Amino acid sequence: MDSILQYFRTLPSDIILADISLVIITIASTFLLTKYKKWNWLWSWITSTDHKKIGIMYLFVSFLFFLRAGLEALLIRMQLAFPENEFWVFQGERFNQLTSTHGTVMIFLVATPLLIGLMNVIVPLQIGARDVAFPFMNSLSLWLFISGGILINVSFIAGGSPNAGWTTYAPLSLKEFTPGPSNTYYPIGLQVAGLGTIMGAINFIVTIIKMRAPGMKFMRMPLSTWSMLITSVLIVYAFSALAVALLLLTFERLFGTVILSSSAGNPLIWQHLFWIFGHPEVYIIALPAFGIFSDVISTFSKKKLFGYTSMVFAIILIGFLGFMVWVHHMFTVGLNANINVFFALTTMLIAIPTGIKIFNWLFTMRGGSIRFDTPMLYALGFIVTFVMGGVTGVMLGSVPADYQYHDSYFVVAHLHYVIIGATIFGVLSGVYYWWPKMFGKMLNEKLGKWNFWTFVIGFHFTFFPMHIMGLMGMPRRVFTYPEGEGLGWLNFVSTCGAFLMGIGVFIFMLNIYITTRYGKSVQLNDPWMKRGRTLEWTIPSPPPPYNFARTPIVTSGEPLWNAYENRKENIEFEGEYEDIHMPSSSSLPFFMGMAFLIASFGFVFQIWWLATLGMLGVFMTMAIRSFQNKNGYSIPKKNVIYHDKGVGY
Amino acid sequence: MQAPAEEKLFSDKQAQMNILAFWFLIGAEVVVFGCLFGIYVSVQELTANGPGPKELFNLSEIIISTIVLLSSSFTCALGVYTLKLGKKRMTFIWFLLTISLGIGFVFLEVIEFVAYVGEGATISTSAFLGAFYMLLGTHGAHVIFGVVWISMLLIQLVLFGITKDTAPKLFIASLYWHFIDVIWVFIFTVVYLLGKV
Repeated sequence: MDSILQYFRTLPSDIILADISLVIITIASTFLLTKYKKWNWLWSWITSTDHKKIGIMYLFVSFLFFLRAGLEALLIRMQLAFPENEFWVFQGERFNQLTSTHGTVMIFLVATPLLIGLMNVIVPLQIGARDVAFPFMNSLSLWLFISGGILINVSFIAGGSPNAGWTTYAPLSLKEFTPGPSNTYYPIGLQVAGLGTIMGAINFIVTIIKMRAPGMKFMRMPLSTWSMLITSVLIVYAFSALAVALLLLTFERLFGTVILSSSAGNPLIWQHLFWIFGHPEVYIIALPAFGIFSDVISTFSKKKLFGYTSMVFAIILIGFLGFMVWVHHMFTVGLNANINVFFALTTMLIAIPTGIKIFNWLFTMRGGSIRFDTPMLYALGFIVTFVMGGVTGVMLGSVPADYQYHDSYFVVAHLHYVIIGATIFGVLSGVYYWWPKMFGKMLNEKLGKWNFWTFVIGFHFTFFPMHIMGLMGMPRRVFTYPEGEGLGWLNFVSTCGAFLMGIGVFIFMLNIYITTRYGKSVQLNDPWMKRGRTLEWTIPSPPPPYNFARTPIVTSGEPLWNAYENRKENIEFEGEYEDIHMPSSSSLPFFMGMAFLIASFGFVFQIWWLATLGMLGVFMTMAIRSFQNKNGYSIPKKNVIYHDKGVGY
Repeated sequence: MQAPAEEKLFSDKQAQMNILAFWFLIGAEVVVFGCLFGIYVSVQELTANGPGPKELFNLSEIIISTIVLLSSSFTCALGVYTLKLGKKRMTFIWFLLTISLGIGFVFLEVIEFVAYVGEGATISTSAFLGAFYMLLGTHGAHVIFGVVWISMLLIQLVLFGITKDTAPKLFIASLYWHFIDVIWVFIFTVVYLLGKV
């Protein structure tokens, strides 16, 4: 008992606070679930294999991670608000943990899964499919992501967070320099989450190739679906390179290899592998956002997307070039000049397909009858923001200049302009756009506009000054800076902007609460004032579990819009109503995820019996799955007919 | 007679999707092994005070395990051939032979590793040896996984016979098995043969 008390006395106050809030949240949620008898409801979500529910869970869980990493961003900004500031405990080592987990969580557990979650809901609807190709594996992807996410997030209160930056460069990340479990969490947690992401990507690829409705040719697919197809291919090849990098770091830290050691090995191997993954990752989180914006801009301009074919080829080209630019993150490590020039050129080449996309979006709007609803506002905000991020990107791609910008706040400004500008704006735009499809209620427009303006203005106030700070020489990843360098007021403005963004996020949550609590259900398939163009707007909101009661007939790239033009209410569906076979729900993915979690703790703390136990659990669940008979259940024809004719007309 | 039986066995839409998905998984595995080869080649010279490839490897032993593993690929192909003919007994025998050869290969590899460690060539001796054990270990782990997997499928084959359910599973496992054999061909060339040059 005394030793436990002693342990708590040594903890810093922020961890004690986190511990207390964790206990309170656990007790409160247990109490609420029991009081309202919601345990069965929760279990039905956990075991669900419905792509829409899985997508929504992806969105929910990654939004929680977003709040955590966003809170860290606010703490970072508090510490940096004034020169030589000492805010709470976040100096030195603790500041390194903050920046490292902020980056890691935002990239791996927020940006990537938010888009995957949204696409999980939308892609099957856009291609006229009843579910994804592998509903079971879809659920498994989700639970692996959650297990990996829990691991990265829990590190904070159990042994210390990763603290070698989100890129975790060797040799700093090796046992020699950062002993303890902190940096072991990073490779093991991301390995588990990454496995889930690879499975999810293969699922998307096969779904899109094999499950399109009759008549939905490749060149008739909506841009969101196209971008997710290319993104999935990128994930399959990029995340497997990451898997090797993480395996290597695991071996270094746990099994004593010396491949990355600066004396006996070559630490550059980590940088190469990490960026061979890392740069495609940038497009993995940008391309789906491009797809969303293409659909949104076309819908809200009431016009066909300008240059559809060139848009598709631009995506493919960006995906292809994305694999050939990784060294531009490593210009200053001292590879020879010719290598640097080659990668500078490939980097600048990417501006061409990206420029094509920007102009196509502008031309789509030209002459359209534009509505400025929140999804469209985010799309417009994206174009401006992303072009600014793109320009600084080309600046960074020029080798001699990069020697000046490298590791300064200029880079921080650039990466936030492209990642928030594309991914987060894209997700918010997509969430506002498809919210009525997912939940059957429109998000409040007024709060939506408040959300947009506070978030976007806050964003530019936060990150624009960082360009200037970077050019003035402020390095990234430092917890303070001296007075009298002229950096104080820039940092203060930046901090104020960050809080404005926080208010924006708060308004977003308020909007969700008010809509869910008081919002009216939309009784329409297509709630966006009859502007819908693609298949997801031909079915009820929210869709029934089987999505399409009958198979849709696709005769063009914009079937619903063409039906409207021919003065019809909806597109034609093929065939008769019949019984619909549905995949049964399964608890195995959940248990497999938990087994991975147990094994991971064993590996992180090097408790080998625990690791063995967890891995045995993993293989047991795999064996059970192999022997399972693939039974499902049927929804009888009369229910399908009743539901199809009773709702939405 | 053959063609219709084969068409029936693999005609299921789900079966076709499973096979396609598996090809993409193999694509991911190609990157995994590609990166491991990349690591190996880039640290090959960094032998520190430990033995280098020339001193360490004994080609005559490696040739035995190569023959063992490659013939397992042959028996595996015969297994798929009889599977398509619908001959349950022969399929069982060929796949059983495949996993026996797989076990034999793993056994030889363990003996090889134990011998190396006995000579003082452990995983932390040098960067070269670390990369060597990582590459070979990942491949060996794949072989072990394949053995366990195919054993499970053989139990199902005995229990349920050749059905629309079991046949695609065995076919996919055979793809996997051929893939790890191809990787071995590269390991044999890049690690052992070029290491001896």
